[in-house]
Amino acid sequence: MRKNTFARAYLIWLMIFVAIPLLLIAFYAFTVTETGQVSFSFDNFRRFLNPIYLKVLVRSIELALKSTILCLLLGYPLAYIIARESENRKRIMLLLIVIPMWMNFLLRTYAWSTLLGKNGLINIILGKFGLGPYQLLYTDGAVLLGMVYNFLPFMVLPIYSVLTKMSPRLFEAASDLGATKLETFKRVTFPMSIPGILSGVSMVFIPAMSTFVISNILGGNKYNLIGNVIEQQFRWTGDWHFGSSMSIILMVFILITMAFTNKFGGDMSERGGLF
Amino acid sequence: MRFLKKLYVNAILLFLYAPIFILMIFSFNASKSRGTWGGFSLKWYEELFKSGDIMQALYYTIIVAILSTIISTALGTFAAIGISEKRGIWKKVLLNLNYLPVVNPDIVTAVSLMALYSMMRLKLGFITILLSHIVFSTPYVVLSVLPKLKSLDPNLAEAALDLGATPFYALRKVIIPEIMPGIITGALLSFTLSIDDFVISFFNTGNGVTNLSIEIFAMARRGVKPTINALSTLMFLTMMVLLIIIYKRDEGGKKLENE
Repeated sequence: MRKNTFARAYLIWLMIFVAIPLLLIAFYAFTVTETGQVSFSFDNFRRFLNPIYLKVLVRSIELALKSTILCLLLGYPLAYIIARESENRKRIMLLLIVIPMWMNFLLRTYAWSTLLGKNGLINIILGKFGLGPYQLLYTDGAVLLGMVYNFLPFMVLPIYSVLTKMSPRLFEAASDLGATKLETFKRVTFPMSIPGILSGVSMVFIPAMSTFVISNILGGNKYNLIGNVIEQQFRWTGDWHFGSSMSIILMVFILITMAFTNKFGGDMSERGGLF
Repeated sequence: MRFLKKLYVNAILLFLYAPIFILMIFSFNASKSRGTWGGFSLKWYEELFKSGDIMQALYYTIIVAILSTIISTALGTFAAIGISEKRGIWKKVLLNLNYLPVVNPDIVTAVSLMALYSMMRLKLGFITILLSHIVFSTPYVVLSVLPKLKSLDPNLAEAALDLGATPFYALRKVIIPEIMPGIITGALLSFTLSIDDFVISFFNTGNGVTNLSIEIFAMARRGVKPTINALSTLMFLTMMVLLIIIYKRDEGGKKLENE
C-alpha cells in the first residue's frame, strides 16, 4: 500500500515536470498570440517553410549526418582494436576513451577555439613552415571537428560493447569453415555488430542535431543550426510560439532516428561502459 | 599490422587529449597569448580566485549539485521502489515518462521547463535551476536503482514482515541496504550530471544566478581569457579525482563479487 503511494507520488511528479512542460511546448507551437489573444494556428510551422529556416534545418541535418559518419569511420576501427585486446589493456584503453568526457564539454569545445584561432597554436605552428595564417575558426569544418571531438566516445562505446561480447569461437568456426579474415569480418563480425553501430549512430546524431553550443563557440555568432534558432527564440527574441514549433520539429527528427535505430536492433541499454 | 594498430589508437588518443593538455599547459603561461610561451606563472590562478563572478558561480554549482543530488536520489529511490511493485499499463506509463528526459534533447527539456515555470509564474533563478536539475537527474537514479530491485529476492521483505518488522522498518533495514550500490551509482550520476550541465541551467536561470558552465560559455564568447584555462585545469583535476573514486569503488565491488 505504501509502495503504491510512492508510485502515485512519482506519477504526479512526472506529470508536472515532464508531461505538462512538453504539452505546453505543443500548445505554444500550435498557437499564436495576437493583440493578447491566443488562437489556434499553423502559422509557426508555415513560417518555418521560409527558405532561411529550411536552410537551417538542412544544414543541421547535413552536419549531424557528416559528424555521425565521421565518428563511425573513426570509431569503428578503434572499438574493433580495443575489443581484441587483453582484459587488462581493454580496461585501460576504455578508461582513456572515457576520461575526456568527464571534462566539462564547454571547456572541451573552448579548447578547440583557442587552437583554431587566428593566433592559435595551429596557425603559429603552420606559420613556422611559412604557411597560413588560415581562417580555421568560424567555419563548417570547425563545427564538424567540434562535434566529432565531443561525440566520438558515444560511437566507440556501444560498438565496443557489442564486439567484446562476441564469442571467439565464432571466429574459430568461421576460419575452420574456410573463411578468410576479411570474409569473417564481412559476414560474421560486421553483421553482428550492427546493433552497436545503430545505438552509436543515435547517440551521436541526436546531440549533434540539437546542439547550439558547438555551433556558437566554433561557428561564430552568425552560424545557425536548429538549436541556435530555438535558443534565440526563447532567450532573445521572445517568440516562444516559433521556438516551440522548432522544438517540435527537432523532436520529430529525433523520434524518427530513434524509431529507425530501435527497429533495426539498436538498444539504448548498449551504452557500454560509459558510467 | 600490430604497429599500425598502435599508431591508430595513439593518434586517436592524441586527438582526444591534446586540446585538453594544451589548455592546461597554457594556464601556466605568463603571456596572454594562445600560441607562444611567455614563461611560467600562476597569475591566471590568482585572477581566477579573485574573480567574484567565478567564485559565486562555483558556489552555486556546488550548492545546486549537492542539493539536487540529495533530493533526486531520495525521490528516485522511492520512485523506483514504487515502480518495481507496479504491473501492467501503469508501470509502462511510469517507465516511459521517466525515460523521456533521458532521451529528449537537452534543449527541448530546457525550453519545456522554461514554459512550465512561466506558467507557474516562478521567477527564473536559484529555485528554478535547482528544480530543473532534480527533474533531469531523478530518472537516472530510477534507472540505476530499478535493476537492483529486480534482482532482489521478494521473500526477503516478506520474511522481515513475518518476523514482525513494520513495512517502514523492513524498507529501512532490509530493502534499502540491499539496493545501496544502485542508489550510490544513481547519486554519483546525478552529481556529475548536475556539475556538468549547461543547456538546462542556461535556459532556466536568471536573477544573477549562474553556474560554472554558464560562466565559461559567456567567457568563451567574449574571447580569449586565460583564466578559463586555469579554471579548466582545476575542473579537470577535480573530475579526475571523482573518477578515481568511482573507479576504485567499482573495482572494490567487483572484488567482493568474486570472493
